[in-house]
Amino acid sequence: MAVVKKKLIIKNKQGLHARPAALFVQVANKFDSSITVKKDKEVVNGKSIMGILMLGAERGSEVFLEADGEDAHLAIIELEKILGEE
Amino acid sequence: MSQQLEIKGIPVAPGVAIGPAYKIGKEEIVAPKEAIKEEEIPLQIQLFEEALIKTRKELLGLQKKISEEMGKDAAEIFDSHLLVLEDRMLIEEVISRLKKERLNVAYIFSEVLKRYVTVFSNIEDEYLKERVADINDVGKRVLKNLLGKERKSLEDLKERVIIIAHDLSPSDTAAMQKKNVAGFITDIGGKTSHTAIMAKALEIPAVVGAQEATIKVKAGDTVIIDGSVGLAIVNPDAKTLANYHKVEQKLKELSKKFMSLKKLPAQTLDGKRVDIAANIELPAEINAVKQYGGEGIGLYRTEFFYMNRKDLPSEEEHYQAYKYVAEAMKPYPVIIRTLDLGGDKFISQFEIPHDMLPFLGWRAIRFCLARPDIFKAQLKAILRASVHGSLKLMYPMISGIEELQQANKILKEAKEELHKSGEAFDKNIQVGAMIEVPSAAMTADLLAKECDFFSIGTNDLIQYSLAVDRTNEKIAYLYEPAHPGVLRMIKKVIDAAHKADIWVGTCGEMAGDPALALILLGLGLDEFSLPPFVIPEVKHAIRSVNLDEARKLAEEALKLSTGREVEEFSHKRLRELLK
Repeated sequence: MAVVKKKLIIKNKQGLHARPAALFVQVANKFDSSITVKKDKEVVNGKSIMGILMLGAERGSEVFLEADGEDAHLAIIELEKILGEE
Repeated sequence: MSQQLEIKGIPVAPGVAIGPAYKIGKEEIVAPKEAIKEEEIPLQIQLFEEALIKTRKELLGLQKKISEEMGKDAAEIFDSHLLVLEDRMLIEEVISRLKKERLNVAYIFSEVLKRYVTVFSNIEDEYLKERVADINDVGKRVLKNLLGKERKSLEDLKERVIIIAHDLSPSDTAAMQKKNVAGFITDIGGKTSHTAIMAKALEIPAVVGAQEATIKVKAGDTVIIDGSVGLAIVNPDAKTLANYHKVEQKLKELSKKFMSLKKLPAQTLDGKRVDIAANIELPAEINAVKQYGGEGIGLYRTEFFYMNRKDLPSEEEHYQAYKYVAEAMKPYPVIIRTLDLGGDKFISQFEIPHDMLPFLGWRAIRFCLARPDIFKAQLKAILRASVHGSLKLMYPMISGIEELQQANKILKEAKEELHKSGEAFDKNIQVGAMIEVPSAAMTADLLAKECDFFSIGTNDLIQYSLAVDRTNEKIAYLYEPAHPGVLRMIKKVIDAAHKADIWVGTCGEMAGDPALALILLGLGLDEFSLPPFVIPEVKHAIRSVNLDEARKLAEEALKLSTGREVEEFSHKRLRELLK
C-alpha cells in the first residue's frame, strides 16, 4: 500500500468545473486507490462529481491530491495531467 | 366557449399537429418523514440500493433506446445522469445520515438532494446549472422507485396529445413516441436546446420558447401547432380548425405520395440525373435524411459544437462526430461546412461583443482565418474522419480569391501535420467554396481555379445582393429569392463552374421551393441540398419534367423584370407541368 500526496496549482482554463470535473471523476474511478482532493479546509472524495463540483476550484487555485492504495502512483500521474493541462 | 388565442414561440420542428392539451407539470414528489428503529436500518439501506439499481437499469435502457433511435450524441445526456446516480459522496452521505438521524431513507435522500441543488444553484456557472437539472431528473427517478410509485408514463397515453410543459427533461422526451405525442410546446428553450433537438430528430411538430404557454393553456384545451412558423393556436374557432384540419390532411396525403419516391433517383423524364442531398445540423438528423430519400449531406453545419458550452470543442470531439456521420451516410457523400460563426449564430465562449459579428462583420471564414488554431483543429478532424466515408469540406462566406487561398494554405498545413504524425486521411478530399457574397459570384471564374466545387448559399447570397437583413421583419418583403438580380448571379456562378469543369450545388432555402428548384435545374445546377422534409417534394417536381422544359422555364424566367413575376410565372408553369 502506498500513500501519494501532491500539491499543485490548477492550470486548466476552466478550473475544476464543467467537463474537466467530469473527466477527473471518471479517471479517478478507474483506480482502486481511494482519492481525496483538498482545497483550503475542504476535503472531498475525488471519485465524486458532487464533491469535486462543490470544491469550486478555479484556475490558479492550489489543491492537494492524495491517493491511497496499490495504484496510488499511477492515479496521481493521470489526475495531475487533467489539472495541469492548459 | 373560450376565445381563440395565439401564442408565438420559436419554430423548431415543422408540420401541423392538432390535439388536446396534456400538461406535464413540475412534478413535486414529497417523501414523508418517518422515524425508523435501529433494526430497520439494514432494510432501509437495502431499499435504497434496490432503488439505485432499478434507476440505473432504467437509465441504461433509455440511453440504449435513444442511442439506437437518434445516435450517440443524443444519448450522451444520460452519461451525466449515471454519474450523478453512481456518485459515492451522495450515496455515502445518505447512508451515514440514515444511521445517525434514524429517519426513512426516502426522506433522507430527498434532503441530501435538496442540499446539493441549493449549493449548485447558488454558484454562477452555466455548467453547474445544467447539472442541477440532471440532479433533479435523476433524483425524481430514485424517489419514485424508493416510494414504489409507478412513473406516470407518456407511453401509457390513450390518445395523441399535445404536450404543454415549462420544459421537458431528457427522460420525458425519451419516452415520447409519435403514436401518442402529436406535438409539444414548452415555455423555455431555444433552437439548440435539448428539447428542440429531440423534436427535430423525432419529427414531432414543436414550438419552444413560448413564454407563458403553461399559464395560458388549460389541460384538455384544443391546440393547433403550426410548427413551421412557431405558432400555437389555443381553442381555435371552427373556421381556423377546419382550415388546419385540411392542411394536416393534405400534408398526410402528400407525405404518403412522396414517400413512394424515396428510393427513386432525382432524374428528369428524359434521364438527366441530379443529386439531392440534405442540410443537417446534428448527427441525429441522419435518420430523417434517409427516411426522406436524401442521397448525401450537402451541408453539415458545425456551429452546434460550439454552442451551449464554455470550452472549445476538441479535435477529438469533432472527429468522433464527423466519423459517425461519414459512416452512417456511406456510400453517399457528406459536405462539412467549416465554422460559420456570426450573423444569426452566436457562440458564447469567445466573449466577442455581438456588434462585432453582424452579417457584414467579423464572421465565418474571416473569423477562422484570424483564429487558425480553432480553424486547423476542425480541418484536421475532418481530414482524419475522411477515411471513414466520403467527406468533402467547404468554406463559408468566401468573398474573394485571397481568402480561398489562405484557407487552402491552412488546410495544406493541417495535411502536412497529419502526414508527419502518420495519421491516415483522404489526400484528395474535395474542397468547395460557398458562394454567398456577390463579389464571389462575380469572380466565380477565378475562384473555380482554386477549388473542386461551389455551393451557393442562397440565404446569404440573397440578403447580401439585395441588401436585406434577413432577420429584420420590417424589410422582410424585400427578401425575394426569385429577384432577377439573384437569378442572374446564380446563372453566372453555374456557367463559370461548368466552364471550369467543376460541379455546383445550392444549400439554401430557395431550392426547397419546387418551382424555383425547376428554374435552378434549367440553369444547370448539379446538386440540390435541402432541409430533409422537403426532399420528396422537390424530387417529385424534378421527376415530372423534361430537362428541356426546365431550361425553357429558366430562360423565360430570366427575361422577367421582377421577383414577383418570376414567382407567379414559375408556380403557374409548375402546376401545368405536374398535371
